[in-house]
Amino acid sequence: MGEAPLSKIIVMTSGKGGVGKTTSSAAFATGLALRGFKTVVIDFDVGLRNLDLVMGCERRVVFDFINVINGEAKLNQALIKDKRIENLYILPTSQTRDKDALTREGVEKVLNELSKEFDYILCDSPAGIERGALMSLYFADHAIIVTNPEVSSVRDSDRILGVLNSRSRRAEQGLEPVTQQLLLTRYDPERVEKGEMLKVDDVLEILAIPLLGVIPESQAVLRASNVGMPVILDEVSNAGLAYSDAVGRFLGEDIEHRFVTPQKKGLFSRLLRRSA
Amino acid sequence: MPVPGAMAVGSGPDAGRNQTHGGPDARHGTAGTNGKATVSSASQVAERDVPFQLRGNSFTMMVLKVFAPTSPNFFTQLNVKVRQAPNFFHNAPVVLDFDDLPESIVFDLGAFVAQVQALNLLPVGFQGGPQAVREAAMNVGLTPMPSGRAAKLEEVVKAPDPRQPDQQAPVAAPQVLIEVVHRPTVVVTEPVRSGMRVYAEKTDLIVTSSVSPGAELLADGNIHVYGALRGRALAGFSGDTNARIFCHSLEAEVLSVAGNYRISEDIGSDFYKKAVQVFLRDGVLSMDLLKTG
Repeated sequence: MGEAPLSKIIVMTSGKGGVGKTTSSAAFATGLALRGFKTVVIDFDVGLRNLDLVMGCERRVVFDFINVINGEAKLNQALIKDKRIENLYILPTSQTRDKDALTREGVEKVLNELSKEFDYILCDSPAGIERGALMSLYFADHAIIVTNPEVSSVRDSDRILGVLNSRSRRAEQGLEPVTQQLLLTRYDPERVEKGEMLKVDDVLEILAIPLLGVIPESQAVLRASNVGMPVILDEVSNAGLAYSDAVGRFLGEDIEHRFVTPQKKGLFSRLLRRSA
Repeated sequence: MPVPGAMAVGSGPDAGRNQTHGGPDARHGTAGTNGKATVSSASQVAERDVPFQLRGNSFTMMVLKVFAPTSPNFFTQLNVKVRQAPNFFHNAPVVLDFDDLPESIVFDLGAFVAQVQALNLLPVGFQGGPQAVREAAMNVGLTPMPSGRAAKLEEVVKAPDPRQPDQQAPVAAPQVLIEVVHRPTVVVTEPVRSGMRVYAEKTDLIVTSSVSPGAELLADGNIHVYGALRGRALAGFSGDTNARIFCHSLEAEVLSVAGNYRISEDIGSDFYKKAVQVFLRDGVLSMDLLKTG
């Protein structure tokens, strides 16, 4: 490959809205940084930005992604260094403009510049299959498809896979295809057992891509975003642990999937009222 | 009696030319170790007295079916066609099919043939047509070919002349009517995702994976899905009522053959998720289970 060797562009996408892309982008980027990789996470949801909130840096945003695209600011003026984690940076987006402000040349220029100093570039895609989503996935080397175990989300994830296979740069130029992995989020093993939610196998049968991880439904996620801390930093929560496993698998480690079966609630844990 | 010594004479390039007997042995000059396939120089001389060989052969040729030879657009349109695959058509022998011409037609056949030749097509023969056209074609030197479907070799071969038992009877070259352009089947090996659409124009479509809900398969020919068919499948898209749809697991949203369609709700439980073939029977969309294994 011709680009800077270690730089990898990952898109966190789904098609469907509200399934956990931003939560996962924040957690994943943090996870990679914790492993020592210099990582930047970019918010592509122009006009509806959330990444800065979830990362806890919303009060430090001066310049943003669109300013850089328009040449109104330099990249290092817009990049925000995370206060907690070494190696972790955020590129927030504009709240006052919208996705029409994104241009392919502009995005390419920013990604090329970031490639020079970062090991991983994570693109937090907005929902949908229009301009914002297309811009975020166009330059990707890897795609993580965030899906909830329910029919609408699976249908939309299937759609976005089709879009990745036909409208990414790699597809258009006949290069090696974008690698695709499934991140199944908000998984509730008890509801699956009751038949209210799709099983992992059902989703895999329809989407037919490798499974990166299963993130259990967790109250810790809401708590974490309320305080502006990526949930992977909550070492007690199952969701945080599951994200950590997923990062490991992405980096090639062989980690068994946990939190997939209903946990037997013994008397002791019920007494302690362990939160998920 | 074969004279082994004489083989040395025949081992040069000349020896290979005589192919009625001997074959490679004659060329390499091996004395017949198993007693066959060696030719003595004496019999070689005898063979050379017959300066030809008659044998049967078959050739596939293009047929140019002529509907309106006097149309002013005829050659412009034919030229467009030829230019789509210039190498394929260059110096291609072609049989002119006049079967569809009306009895009363009048046109300058000589000039017509000359114009065909001007496109680097080589008219070698003709089929059918009104009497006057056929006569004109013969006069121009085109060979009359048997009309209709390919003639079987056995029908055409005359009884061999009993005086020359080794000689094969002359055989008219059987022809095969082929479509001018044959498009290869469209084969898709990856899952066809929701929202994707595949159109196999003028040919069949084969998918060796599954087809998601919201995906569309269209083919002028047949559609085969060696997986689960969960989207839409429209075969015989341009009107071919013989087209069929085959799948390993029928879960389709819409099925259609040549415009006759059925929606998912109307697919009976007998066929749901089974290996099925879909086709038109007396103009009605019908299904049969495929026997597997």
